[in-house]
Amino acid sequence: MSATATPMRRARPLTMALLLGLAASLLVAGITALPGGSTLAQQIVSGLMLGGIYVTVAVAFTLTIGVLNFLNFTIPTLFMLTGMVAWGLARWGLPFGMSGGLHWAPALLGGVAVAILASLIVERFTFRYLKTRHGDATEHAIPLVSSLGFLLIFEHLVLIVLGSEAQSFPVRFRLDWQIGPLVLGLPQLASLLLSLGIVFWLSWLLAKTRTGRALRSIAESPDTATLLGVEVTRIVPIVFLLSGLLCGVAGALFVVNYSDVSPFMGDHVGTKAIAAMVLGGLGSIWGAIAGGLLVGLLETLGIHFFGGDAAQVVVWTTLLAAIILRPQGLFGASRIGKGKL
Amino acid sequence: MSGYWAGILAILAINIIFAYGIFVTAAAGQLNLGGAGFMAIGAYAAAVLGEQLGWSPALTIPAAVTITGLIGIAIAFPVLRTRGVYMVLATFAFAQVVTGVILTQPVLGGAMGMVVPDYVDLPVLIGAAIATVVLVFFLMATRLGLAMRALHDDELVSTLMGVPARAVQVASFALGAGLAGLAGGLYAHHFSFVEAQYFSALLSIYVLLFVLIGGTQTAWGPLVGATFFTLVPELLRIGGSWRYVVFGVIIVAMMMFRPEGIVTRTLLARLFGRRRRVADAG
Repeated sequence: MSATATPMRRARPLTMALLLGLAASLLVAGITALPGGSTLAQQIVSGLMLGGIYVTVAVAFTLTIGVLNFLNFTIPTLFMLTGMVAWGLARWGLPFGMSGGLHWAPALLGGVAVAILASLIVERFTFRYLKTRHGDATEHAIPLVSSLGFLLIFEHLVLIVLGSEAQSFPVRFRLDWQIGPLVLGLPQLASLLLSLGIVFWLSWLLAKTRTGRALRSIAESPDTATLLGVEVTRIVPIVFLLSGLLCGVAGALFVVNYSDVSPFMGDHVGTKAIAAMVLGGLGSIWGAIAGGLLVGLLETLGIHFFGGDAAQVVVWTTLLAAIILRPQGLFGASRIGKGKL
Repeated sequence: MSGYWAGILAILAINIIFAYGIFVTAAAGQLNLGGAGFMAIGAYAAAVLGEQLGWSPALTIPAAVTITGLIGIAIAFPVLRTRGVYMVLATFAFAQVVTGVILTQPVLGGAMGMVVPDYVDLPVLIGAAIATVVLVFFLMATRLGLAMRALHDDELVSTLMGVPARAVQVASFALGAGLAGLAGGLYAHHFSFVEAQYFSALLSIYVLLFVLIGGTQTAWGPLVGATFFTLVPELLRIGGSWRYVVFGVIIVAMMMFRPEGIVTRTLLARLFGRRRRVADAG
């Protein structure tokens, strides 16, 4: 077990992050100094901010894949659920008219709570009943197919209850910070820091705590973990709780930054997060962070230089090439569990 | 027959062909979550050949099948290097690239879509669907079909027993792509209009679900799956979003209680097996 812990320790999360942050700031400063470079620098800054949201969702994906070898398609829906439920709470208040419309902050907290709850429901009906009965080649798809079922259920329940329109959800929380020609939205900056903070906390949890060790042992071999006294049925829900929390936080940050929600907001962010995860290597948290920031940058710069649809082609072609040429991810980084993947 | 039922039958026929396209790949143990990409290639190939070269559907549809099949072969080699979750993701990414390319090419009408000149009527669609079903049943009875089933059940052992895994998988992937292209070509000519938005990730998801819920063990699976999920919502007459909620609940319940799909070999043996064995048992 210590063998899996070493790569995590060797990565020295804090030092690496500080160095990366420093490099990014220097890069942005350098580009701003160039003639006409400030627009580009502004694009890089907003790309990184968008990347922060992708990072959070991508970590949710990569955690479920790393520990359970399960591509959880409900993750984009959990993200959407947070935003839409929060909007519903802010508009109409608690159900059955128990209150008036809520302030945006408790509404967002409510949204996050609903996302976590939904994630635990998914666990109850997919993983708990998952039995390997036949051992044939399409069997790994069973939880994947269940999660597609839940995707349909959640998305269409939201459509029924809250309608299919995109809604504006203004959060009165605007504070901009002007550095030279650059405009940094403080909520954006705070959300980037918050999402990175959660990811740091998660990697600490996996590397240092008892629960983290149990999670990693399940990732290596569920059978051996059970034999050694890890209660798999107790630990697996933690994965879903964490991915619900990550999606909820990402959804809330999205609302704070972009002030609008729609029942389809998860599709875009979810597919980009999948791209981010693949670029970073499945099951690698550090890969998901790097991949998320990279996809955010690629997308913003792609839109800046080529326009929206072409940017999609750029992102997906990169992804397809990455899966085929470097399935271990661009960085070949350490994984939560390396056994099954 | 009313226009309403004619429309449903047309969709049913296209769904059945499309589902068999995904099934042929899945029967060899490979999951293709990029079905919509191949269907889009078929549909746009038929549309472009019909409009630019003025070909009739009798030519455009076989051409669409050939083109999609060839692209299937070209894609199969790199994609089949991956497996499991990676294969699902690779095919998914492929479909995204296809729709992305369509949206950025003005020749293909971009987001506006394309009008397809010649109309193909319902009997042709039904005929094609029946032909597809017969073809796949025949295929599953051949040595190739046996090899595919063996790979589906256990790749390692079948390779050891001398099944050329790579060749069989590429063949089944390309054949599946060709069938998806056929569905696309027929769709384009029947509805006389194609747009990239129709061939979304959701379409790929639905058709994969038809196949997995129907069952990948026997060739009955996709027929049952596609028919069940196209007709039941119509028969229930439940509106809009609720039908998808019901669809989702059925999927989750199926995976809990019968993850191998509705139709399995044991079920068929029980229903149509030789009576003698029952008599022996009694």
